[in-house]
Amino acid sequence: MNEPALNGMALTRQDRSEPLLRSGNSNCGGCGMSNLMQMLRRASAEHELKMVVPACCAAVTSGGFPESAFSIPTIMSTFASAASVATGIAAVAQLNEEKTRVICLAGDGGTYDIGMGTLSAAAERNEDILYLCYDNEIYGNTGGQRSSATPAGAATTSTLHGKQETKKDIIGIMAAHRIPYAATISLAHIDDTLRKLEFALVSKGFRFLHILSPCPTGWKSEPAMGIELVRLAVRSGLFPVFEVFDGERYQINVEPDFSGEALTMYLALQRRFRNTGVTEESLRPSIERYWNYLRLMSGRIVPARRN
Amino acid sequence: MSVELISANHAAALAATLAGRANRSARGFCSGVYPITPSTECMEFLCGQEIEKGKVVRADSEHNAMGICIGASAAGARSFTTTCSNGLAYMVENCVAAAGYRLPIVMSVANRTLGPPWNIWADHGDSLLLRDLGWLQLYSADNQEVFDTVLCAFRLAEDPRILMPVLCCMDGFILSHTMAQVEIPTQEQIDRFLPPATIPQRLDKAAHTLGQMETPHQSVVHRSQHHQAMLGARQVYSEIQDSFTEIFGRRPADPLVSYRAEDAETLIVSMGTLGVTAERVVDQLRDQGQAVGSVRVRMFRPLPDTELRQLFGGKKRIAVLDRDISIGFGGALWGEVRNFADRDSIVQGYMIGVGGGDVRPEHLLNLLAELEQSEESAAPKIVEVA
Ligand SMILES: Cc1ncc(C[n+]2csc(CCOP(=O)(O)OP(=O)(O)O)c2C)c(N)n1
Ligand code: SF4
Ligand SMILES: [Mg+2]
Repeated sequence: MNEPALNGMALTRQDRSEPLLRSGNSNCGGCGMSNLMQMLRRASAEHELKMVVPACCAAVTSGGFPESAFSIPTIMSTFASAASVATGIAAVAQLNEEKTRVICLAGDGGTYDIGMGTLSAAAERNEDILYLCYDNEIYGNTGGQRSSATPAGAATTSTLHGKQETKKDIIGIMAAHRIPYAATISLAHIDDTLRKLEFALVSKGFRFLHILSPCPTGWKSEPAMGIELVRLAVRSGLFPVFEVFDGERYQINVEPDFSGEALTMYLALQRRFRNTGVTEESLRPSIERYWNYLRLMSGRIVPARRN
Repeated sequence: MSVELISANHAAALAATLAGRANRSARGFCSGVYPITPSTECMEFLCGQEIEKGKVVRADSEHNAMGICIGASAAGARSFTTTCSNGLAYMVENCVAAAGYRLPIVMSVANRTLGPPWNIWADHGDSLLLRDLGWLQLYSADNQEVFDTVLCAFRLAEDPRILMPVLCCMDGFILSHTMAQVEIPTQEQIDRFLPPATIPQRLDKAAHTLGQMETPHQSVVHRSQHHQAMLGARQVYSEIQDSFTEIFGRRPADPLVSYRAEDAETLIVSMGTLGVTAERVVDQLRDQGQAVGSVRVRMFRPLPDTELRQLFGGKKRIAVLDRDISIGFGGALWGEVRNFADRDSIVQGYMIGVGGGDVRPEHLLNLLAELEQSEESAAPKIVEVA
C-alpha cells in the first residue's frame, strides 16, 4: 500500500514538497510528535493546511519569532483554546468557500484536561476541524507532571511514586459526541496511520485522532526506542488501534496477540514505571476489560486475525 | 438614516451587524458569543440577524467566545463579541491573546459588578480588569453614543496604524436595558464608513506563526510598538470623527466630553452615565451662581493626558468620581488623573455607585458641598449609595 519508499527516507509524490516540521526544530530526539508531523506531511500533500497549537511542547517546537519550524500558517493559542480558535478559522474558510483544512495539534493536557470543555463544545457543534492529540501522557512542556492521560502506575514529577488513577478513555468521550470520525493512531503502523490521516483530512465535520506519542524525556526511555515502545503497547493490547464512525460503528484495525512478554518489555523499557508497583499482572485485568468492551462495540466477538 | 427606539444592547448589536455586513466583499464576519446579564440581549440580537457572509457561533464559554473571535480575526474576518462581569473575567486570558496578536476585535461590555457575592448592577470594575492589556477602552453615556462608538471602534481597531482590539463600555441596565431613540444609518452609508477589513498578519499563504515564543528584547519591542500605536489612537480617532461627520451628518462624541468646564472653578470628572448626572448637577449649581463644570472621560485607553492637563489647569477643586474601587488603593480613574491637576488644586476621589448604587443628583450635590469647604485633598472616599 502506501509503504514509504526507503523506509521513509526518500520523498515521493505523496509528500508535501516541504516538511511540515522543518529541520532545526527544538523537539527532543525521538519525540513521537516529530514522527507524527512527518507522517502528516506524507498524508497531506493535496491539502492547504492551517494549524492551531495550544500551549504544549509543540508551541515550543515552532521556535522563536520571527522564524518558524512549521511550514504552514500557524497560530499559537492559549492552553485551553485550540478547538475554539480553530472554530473561528474554519468558519471563515467556509464563509469564503476555501478548501483549507484546519488542524489542531494539541497535547494530552490541552485535550484531556484544560481544553476538555473547548474540545467537547467544538465536537458538539461538529466544527470542520481535524483535531490531533499527541499523547505523551504527561505535561511535557512544564517538566512532566501528571495529566488525566497519565496511566496508573506511571511516575511523573507530580506523582513521584506513580499515579493512582487510571487514564481517561478519550475515544469513548469523543465517540459519545457522535462525531463523524474518531480513531487511535499507532506510529508503529504506518499504513494504518497514513490511511487514517488521509481519510481524516478529506472528511468533513469534527474529526479526532489520538496518537500515543513516545516522549523519551518524560518516559525515561531511549530516544531510538519510541516506535518500538508503541509497537509493544499495541501488541500487548495496552493501546488498542481502532476507529469509530459517527460514534457508533467501531472498527478494530490491529489485532494484538496480547503478549505478556510485550507488556513486560513495554514497562521495563521505561523508567517511569520502575518501582511503582505496576506489572504485567496488575495491568492485565483492565486491558481485558477494555478489550471486552471493544469487542462488544465492534461486534467482533472472535478476533479476526493475529499479527 | 432612520430613527429607532432601541436599547443600548441592541444598538451595539445592530452596529456590529451593519459592520459585519459591510465586510461582505472582503472576508466576512464571524463572532463567538456567550450570554451573561446584562449583556445577554446584545448576543441574542446578533444571533437573530441574517448576515451575508457572516456567522455567529454560539460558544460554550466566554473564554471560547473570544477564542472563536481570535480564530475568525486571524483568518481575516471582522469580529465582534459581548460580555461583562464574570464573563469578562473568565475571558481575560484570551483578551490578552487577542491584544498580543494585535487583532482588531471589537467587544461591547455592559458593565456589571464582579462576584460572588453575586450582583448584576453597574460597576466599572469588570472592564478595568482589561486596563493594562492593550485594548482601547471607550465608555458611553447614551444609546446613540453606544451605537456610534461601536461603529467607530471597528474603524479604530482596523486602522493599519492601530490594529488592536477595542472595548466599548456602557453601564449595565442604566443603558443596556433602557430604550432610547437612535439614529441608524443605511447599509450604504455604513459601507462607505467601514471599508473592507484588511488584517495584514492574518493566516494566509505564508507559513508564518502568530503568537509564538519571543525573547525579552522582542517582547519589549512588541510592547513598545503596541504602546505607540495606542497613543496614536487619539489622532486617528479625530480623523474618524471627521469621516463619520461627513458620511452620517453628525459628529461622534470626543474622547473627553467637557461641559461648562472652561470657566469652572470646580470640576467633576467621571466615566459613563455618572457624567450625565454630573452635567445635570452642573446646571443646577450654575443656576445658583457656582462655577462648576464636568468632564466625562470617554476614552480611558489611551487616556487623553494632554487634554486632561489642559482642562485641569487653573481649577481650584476637582472631584473625581469612580464607579469602581481598586481595593487597597482607591478609584482607578482618580489614581490616573490626579497628577494632571495643578500642584495647588484640591483633587478629591470619590468611589460612588460601586456595586451599582443609584447615584442621584443629591448625592453629587452633597459631596460637592463638602468639597467646597475643604482646604486640601483627603484620602479617596467611599460614598455609600443604595
Ligand atoms: C492557562 C495555562 N495554565 C498553565 C500553563 C502552563 N503549561 C504550558 S504547557 C502545559 C502542559 C502541556 O501539556 P500537554 O498538553 O500534555 O502538552 P505537552 O507539553 O506534553 O506536549 C502547561 C501546564 C499555560 N500555558 N496556560
Ligand atoms: S518533552 Fe517529550 S513530547 Fe516534549 S519535545 Fe521532548 S520528547 Fe517531545
Ligand atoms: Mg502531554
